[in-house]
Amino acid sequence: MIEKDMNQVKADPKAHKGMENKKPLMRPNAAKKKAKKTAGTIIAYLALIILAVIWLYPIVWIILHSFREEYIDGFYRGIIVSNYFPNHYGLETYRRLFTEYQAGTYTFLFFDVQVGIFVKWFYNTLIVAIASFFISTVLQLSVAYVMSKIKFEKRKLFLNLAIILGLFPGFMSMIAVYFVLKALGLTQTLFALVLVYSAGAGLGFYIAKGFFDIIPNSLVEAAKIDGATNAQIFGKIILPISKPIIIYTALMTFIGPWMDFIFARVILGADKREIHTVAIGLFDMIYGEHADINNFTIFAAGSVMVAIPIVALFLSLQKYYVEGVTSGSVKG
Amino acid sequence: MQENNQDMNQSFLSKLIEGFLSFFKGIYLFFRSVPKKLVRFGHFLKDKCKGFLERWKDSNLGTKLSHFIMGSGNIYHKQYIKGLLFLAIQVGFLVVFFTNPVVGRSVTNHPVLGPIVVDPGTPIGYKSLGNLITLGTNEGSLFTSADNSMLMLLFGVLMVVMIILFIATWLANIKSSYKAQVDMAKGKKPTTIKEDIKALFDSKFHVLLLTPTIIGVSLFTIIPTIFMILIAFTDYGKGVVAGSDLFNWVGFDNFAAVFESDSEIGQRFLPVLGWTLTWAFFATFSNYIAGILLALLINKYEIRLKKMWRTIFVLTIALPQFITLLAVRSLISELGPFNQMLLNLGILEQPMAFLGQADSATTARISVLVINLWIGIPYTMLMTSGILMNVPKDTYEAAQIDGATKFQAFRHITVPYIVFVTTPYLITSFIGNITSFNIIYLLTAGDPGVPGNYAGKTDLLVTWLFELTIEQGDYNVGSVIAIFTFIITATATLLTYRHSKAYKEEDTFQ
Repeated sequence: MIEKDMNQVKADPKAHKGMENKKPLMRPNAAKKKAKKTAGTIIAYLALIILAVIWLYPIVWIILHSFREEYIDGFYRGIIVSNYFPNHYGLETYRRLFTEYQAGTYTFLFFDVQVGIFVKWFYNTLIVAIASFFISTVLQLSVAYVMSKIKFEKRKLFLNLAIILGLFPGFMSMIAVYFVLKALGLTQTLFALVLVYSAGAGLGFYIAKGFFDIIPNSLVEAAKIDGATNAQIFGKIILPISKPIIIYTALMTFIGPWMDFIFARVILGADKREIHTVAIGLFDMIYGEHADINNFTIFAAGSVMVAIPIVALFLSLQKYYVEGVTSGSVKG
Repeated sequence: MQENNQDMNQSFLSKLIEGFLSFFKGIYLFFRSVPKKLVRFGHFLKDKCKGFLERWKDSNLGTKLSHFIMGSGNIYHKQYIKGLLFLAIQVGFLVVFFTNPVVGRSVTNHPVLGPIVVDPGTPIGYKSLGNLITLGTNEGSLFTSADNSMLMLLFGVLMVVMIILFIATWLANIKSSYKAQVDMAKGKKPTTIKEDIKALFDSKFHVLLLTPTIIGVSLFTIIPTIFMILIAFTDYGKGVVAGSDLFNWVGFDNFAAVFESDSEIGQRFLPVLGWTLTWAFFATFSNYIAGILLALLINKYEIRLKKMWRTIFVLTIALPQFITLLAVRSLISELGPFNQMLLNLGILEQPMAFLGQADSATTARISVLVINLWIGIPYTMLMTSGILMNVPKDTYEAAQIDGATKFQAFRHITVPYIVFVTTPYLITSFIGNITSFNIIYLLTAGDPGVPGNYAGKTDLLVTWLFELTIEQGDYNVGSVIAIFTFIITATATLLTYRHSKAYKEEDTFQ
């Protein structure tokens, strides 16, 4: 691959000379060049369109089939069908999702409500997401601030330790965390899930640290000369000008529980369905222990309901996300 | 400028080779430095002991007393609240340590036989240390369950950590008392509790902010990891139920079993390891190259609505993977429209299973790699898009002045620059692919399997680990697999880390 490129380069100077050639030839050359350019653009657009279709093919399919309403001999037909576009559209699937699928009396805060289990899953995930985003955000910003702006003894040691621990894949300790929680009698509770999501959150401080690093140290020092304590500097000077990173951290930690599959699976188990989160709930619907091929459209509807808020949040954050990914993994 | 270009012009391959060489060099250097580090650590300990003895000689009665009764030194120096807190910690620790409270003991009253201990429970205290060695001796009887070896191991580890923490507190208590003594000798008043709390918000603000994270990480990362490593040295495997069967230390038997070609695990391990590495290699490079190409395509000057195109591809990152992957799995299933399309086009004669139910392992493996492109390309695309905008402009200008064509500029500036900047990313994504659980588990769950064999053809070490432990209860073998996975990812991590700025700046690491 690389050698091929090299050959092309070697061949290139000739072409290059030809193009650079004398002014008289300029006009026909320019026309040719323009034609070539247009052809290139068209090819590029074609490639992009084909790729976009491939990328959207499964996503659009799921959305379309969440609105599919078909009956066979009066029975609702929810299985995967071989035609890409449904024959008939309607909202029946959503009605089933919210009121019928595994309907029962579930507790929301203090109220017992008769609904489909999906509502309960959504509620569970929301609770876990809110709790863990609150704890995680506080922890993450605290650690980031300390690592960025407070020069204490052993700071380097902590930084190194955090980098190493942060690089341990989360699943490594997963089984043991499961044992610890089991010993504490906490498995199969949402509380355990919140603990797991937020306990290690402090280690994900890099992006926020990068943000704090940009804030000039002179600001901190000036405040110190004026007699402010470290806590005051953090609370009254740094935090008010750090809104973007606070929002980013909060939203990222909020999205986490909606995306996670493995920890929820391990900690919440398979049998107590009313404590599941959307991820494992929807998985079990079509592939897990409670799978039923007729559930497919309901799964699609559930996916759409989860996807809308998450995608909206993510896209609004895309800018920060790109910055985070780039700064996090591209160090010279 | 020119030099800079040359540096970036280095071919990618030679960079990669160089990287791997320096990686082995790094390992060699690490091991070579071990004796030196041990000597340094010895000196460190010696200095500490010396300091400890000198402080003892220099202490007044209060500080001397605090060596035996924690907090007494602080009370002697009129820091009552602090002293009482230390005392409470000591009393609390000693009470737990010597009384051995039992967790989970249950007794029922039998109508004829009287009270029967159904579950002896697990003590936490000095007995935990003995239990850590024996892992339980009571085998249980008809009415009574056996010692819970799993909890004994867990509490043993917990007790060791508690003892270490206690010693640290003990040292802190002496230090605190000594400080008060020195302050008084200087004619200053020892700090009051109010001042100490105030300090937490000022000079010791970092302590306040870091403590919750340190506790959380110790409980949920460090202790579990130690515990899991220890499980690998026991016979806590398939069929052993903690609480009704005892398990024991078996040394390196489990590690040996993995490499014995005739053992059940040994037969699975190498194929799974092989596929894991193959998968990681192909997944990483296919995503990397295709992602860069896509980024270049979108960033082409003539392309309009760049943001829209990018957003379309980013959708696979924005959507939770359990949605996208399960959607694809359904889409290409035998019933689904993808198969129908292939039938209509005449490519297939009958529906074909691409994933878990595929006829051959190769089909399933290629399918997951292809679907992984769909998930993975956008990540590289996003990253390189950012980088493409940051290509140093003056380099282009210099090239233009020298009369380079667009293609030459691309070949000699853009490509080397991207490769130069993204090499660390390549390694992190390699690690990410080794441990990518979601893609395999949600698409194939490791299938297609081999009858009577619990490692499927598309199982990675991680998904196999998941099946072994969570589904089969084969914890010791799972732990061994986890340790091997860790060794692979850790070496790869070391490689990245050695090349990162963070490492190069740090010499202080001990």
